[in-house]
Amino acid sequence: MTISILNLPKLLFTTFWILGLSCFALDAIQAQDMVPERNPTHDDQDSILNMDATYNRPFMTKKGSAVAIGGYLEANAIHTIEEGLTEGLMFQARRMSIFMSSSIGKRLSFLTELEIEDGGKTIGIEFASMDVALHPLFNLRGGIIMNPIGAFNENHDGPKWEFVERPDMAVQMLPTTWSNAGFGIFGKIHHQQWILGYEAYLTNGFDGSIIDNEMHKTYLPATKANGDRFEESFGDRPLTTAKIAVKNRRWGEVGVSYMGGQFNRTMEDGLQIASDHLRLHTFAIDITTKIPVLRTEVTGEAARIYVDVPASYTQQYGNQQQGFFIDVVQPIIQKPMFGWDNARINLSGRLDYVDWNVGTFRETGTAIGDHQWAVTPSISFRPSGQTVFRFNYRYQWTTDILNNPAELSASWLFGFSTYF
Amino acid sequence: MKPIIITSLAVLILFFGSCEHFGPPEPEEHDLLDGPIERLTIEEQKQFLAGDIAFNDEIFTVEKGLGPVFVGTSCGSCHAGDGKGHPFVKFTRFGQSDSTGNQFATFGDGRNQLQHKAIPGYEGQVLPEGAPFSEFVAPSVTGLGYLDAVTDETILALADPDDLDGDGISGRPHYNYPPDYVHYRQNSIPNGEKYIFRFGKKASTYDLLHQTVDAYNQDIGITSIFDPIDPYSGLSQDPEIGTQTINDVVLYLKTLKAPIQRDQDVPEVIAGKKIFEDISCSSCHTPTLQTGFSPIAQLSYQEFHPYTDLLLHDMGPELDDGYTEGYAETYEWRTAPLWGLGLAADSQGGQVYLMHDGRARSIEEAILLHGGEAENSRNEYQELPTKKKEQLIAFLNSL
Repeated sequence: MTISILNLPKLLFTTFWILGLSCFALDAIQAQDMVPERNPTHDDQDSILNMDATYNRPFMTKKGSAVAIGGYLEANAIHTIEEGLTEGLMFQARRMSIFMSSSIGKRLSFLTELEIEDGGKTIGIEFASMDVALHPLFNLRGGIIMNPIGAFNENHDGPKWEFVERPDMAVQMLPTTWSNAGFGIFGKIHHQQWILGYEAYLTNGFDGSIIDNEMHKTYLPATKANGDRFEESFGDRPLTTAKIAVKNRRWGEVGVSYMGGQFNRTMEDGLQIASDHLRLHTFAIDITTKIPVLRTEVTGEAARIYVDVPASYTQQYGNQQQGFFIDVVQPIIQKPMFGWDNARINLSGRLDYVDWNVGTFRETGTAIGDHQWAVTPSISFRPSGQTVFRFNYRYQWTTDILNNPAELSASWLFGFSTYF
Repeated sequence: MKPIIITSLAVLILFFGSCEHFGPPEPEEHDLLDGPIERLTIEEQKQFLAGDIAFNDEIFTVEKGLGPVFVGTSCGSCHAGDGKGHPFVKFTRFGQSDSTGNQFATFGDGRNQLQHKAIPGYEGQVLPEGAPFSEFVAPSVTGLGYLDAVTDETILALADPDDLDGDGISGRPHYNYPPDYVHYRQNSIPNGEKYIFRFGKKASTYDLLHQTVDAYNQDIGITSIFDPIDPYSGLSQDPEIGTQTINDVVLYLKTLKAPIQRDQDVPEVIAGKKIFEDISCSSCHTPTLQTGFSPIAQLSYQEFHPYTDLLLHDMGPELDDGYTEGYAETYEWRTAPLWGLGLAADSQGGQVYLMHDGRARSIEEAILLHGGEAENSRNEYQELPTKKKEQLIAFLNSL
C-alpha cells in the first residue's frame, strides 16, 4: 500500500483523533460509569433555540469527568433516474461526526465537532470553540465558529431530520456547514413564555471562487474547498455574521440573520491588485413551529443573497439568489413498537426551491433561469429520539440558465441517521 | 407486529424492485440533439464520453486558464444541449482585412474577435470606433461529422459561382489557407495553397480541429499546443488545455448524431416539403448530401439530410454587416444547415433567435431577411397563401 505524501496531513489528523477517542473510550470502559447526558448546557427543551443546536446534542460523559463525547452517523441507499437514465442502486456513507465538549473551568467551556464525509473524502473540524460565560446576555466565543446564517447551518445534525438529503437552499445556496475562524459574542434572555437569543461574530470569509467555480454559478459553498480560510481572510475586511431569534414556548421560533463582507482583496504586498471592493450580503429568516392539536411540526427557512459581480464579467454568475425550504412533519403513530418504548412513525413532506441567478439577461431582457424545485415525501421511523430510519422519494425539476425545458430527475432514498 | 414487518418488507421490495417505474421517462430520441451516432466502437464511445464531459461539463475558471478576457466560460455555455446558442453569449467579430487592408490589426491579439468579457480585475474589450462588425449566435453542433466527411468534389459539384445555369443562385466554396496543424482531407481539391473551408457562418474554418482550437482560444481564452497565443497579451503561453482533450472534443463533435426529423408523415409537413422545393429554398439548403471516406466507419459513405450546400452565397443588403471574414465578401454567408431548426427553442430558452446574430425571432422573420440570391425565393414565399406558408413552416419545424 502506498500513501501519497499529500494525504499525510489528513492521515495524521485522523490518526490523532482516532487515538484520542480510543484513549477516551478505554478510560470509559475501565471506569464503567459512562452516562448519557442530553444537554450539557442544562437548558430545558422549551428554551432551546436553533442557535443552541450545537450544544443540544446527546453526549456521553463519565461521572466526575469534565469531558463529554458524542456523534452521529448517516448512511443511505439511493436510486436516481435522470431523464429515464439511471446508474442503478448506490450506497452512500454520507457522514460521521464526532463531537466532544469539556468544561475547562469556571466560566470556560470547550466544544468541538469533527466531520468525516463520504467515507473520508472530506475530513474537517466543523466547530472548535472556547466559550467564556460572563452573563446570560453577554458571552464570548472564539475559535472555529459556525456562522449563524439561517437555522440549518447550526442545526444540521442528521438524526434531527426526516429527510436523507439536506435542504437545497441550505447546502447549494447557503454553504452549510459553514464555519470559519473568528470571534464574537452571544447571549440569551428568558422572560415568561419568551426567549430571545442573539449571536454576532467576526470571522474570515469568502473568496473569489464564489463567482469563479466549476459549478458555473454564483456558489457560496465553493469557498469551502479553500482550507486556508481557517488561517487567512480573503477580503480586506472580515465577514460579519449576526443573528437574532425570538421564541415563544407555545408558538415557536423566528430567527433573522445576516452575513456579509468582502470576498476579494484590493491590496496585496502593498500593490493594488483590484479596484473594486466586491461584497456579498446574505439575509435569512427561519421559522420553527408546531401545531399543538395535530402535533404537526413545521420548519422553514428562506434566504436572499446579493453578490457584487463586475459588469464586464459574465452573467453566468448571478448577482442575486434566493431560495427556501419548508418541512412539514406529521407523527402518525407513536407507541411502543418492536421493544422500543417510545417509537414513532412520521409522514413528512419537503418543498425545496433555489434560484441561483435572479434577474434578466442584459442582451434580451428575458428572465434568467438557473433554478431548481424539488418535492420530497417521506416516511420515517424513529425507534427513539436519537435514531431515524428514513424512506424518501425526491422529484426534482432543474432549469438551466437559459430557461430551457427543465431536466427531470427522481430519487428513491432509504437510510438511517443516528446519534451514538 | 407481523403486519408492520410484512408491510415494511413489501415497501422495501417495492423500492428496490420498481424504482425505474417512478422516475421521469427518457425523452424521445428525435427530441434531443445530443447523443452519439449509432454503432460506434467501444473505443469511440469511450472517447465520445470523454469529449462529452470536456464539451458540456468542463467549466473554465481563472485557475484553469479562463481569460483574462473571454466570451464564454465553457463550450456548453454557448451550445446548450449541443443546440443553437442564446444571445446571452453572442460574440462580435469586427474589422477583418478587406481590399484596403486590416486597419484594426493592432487591436487586441490582432485577431478579429472582440473579447468583451473579463475576469474580475480586468476590463473587457470595447469595439474600436468605426469598426464594421457582425454579431454571432453560436450554431448547433450536431451532425458536424457528416458535414466534415463531405468530399470537396461534392461541394464543388454544387457550386455555380458564375451562375451558369441562370437560376440566380451562384454559390461558391470558401477557399482559404488552413493553419499548419490541420491534416488535409483525403482527395482534397485545393486551389493553389488554399483549401475549401466549411465550418462557421462564413465558412471560416477548415475542419473540426481548426474550429475547436479557434473556439477554445478566441471564445474562452484557452491556449493549446495548436494555438499558444493568449488573446489578452498577444504572447505565446503554455498550453492551458491538453492535446488529448482537444482530440476528444473533436471526436465528440464528429460523432454527435444528426438531428432526426419529426412528424415526417404528417400531411402538413409533406406539403411543406414540396413548397420548400417549389420555391427553390432547396437550391441552397440542399436536402441531401453524401459523405466520402471517414476514419470513423459509421460516417463513411453515408447519405444524410443537413439542408445546406456548404457554399457561400450573396444574401443581400439586409444581411450585409460590412464585416468580412477570410475571403468571404461582407454580404456572403455560408448556407446554414436547417436540420435541428425545430428544436432551436429547446436550447434557446423557449424562444428562437435565428440567422447569424439571432435577430430573427421566428422562422418567418428569418425567411423575410433573405435577400440577394435568395430574393426570388423570399418573394415567392411572400406570395404564398397563408395555409401554404403554415405548411412550409410546419416542415421547417419538423427538421
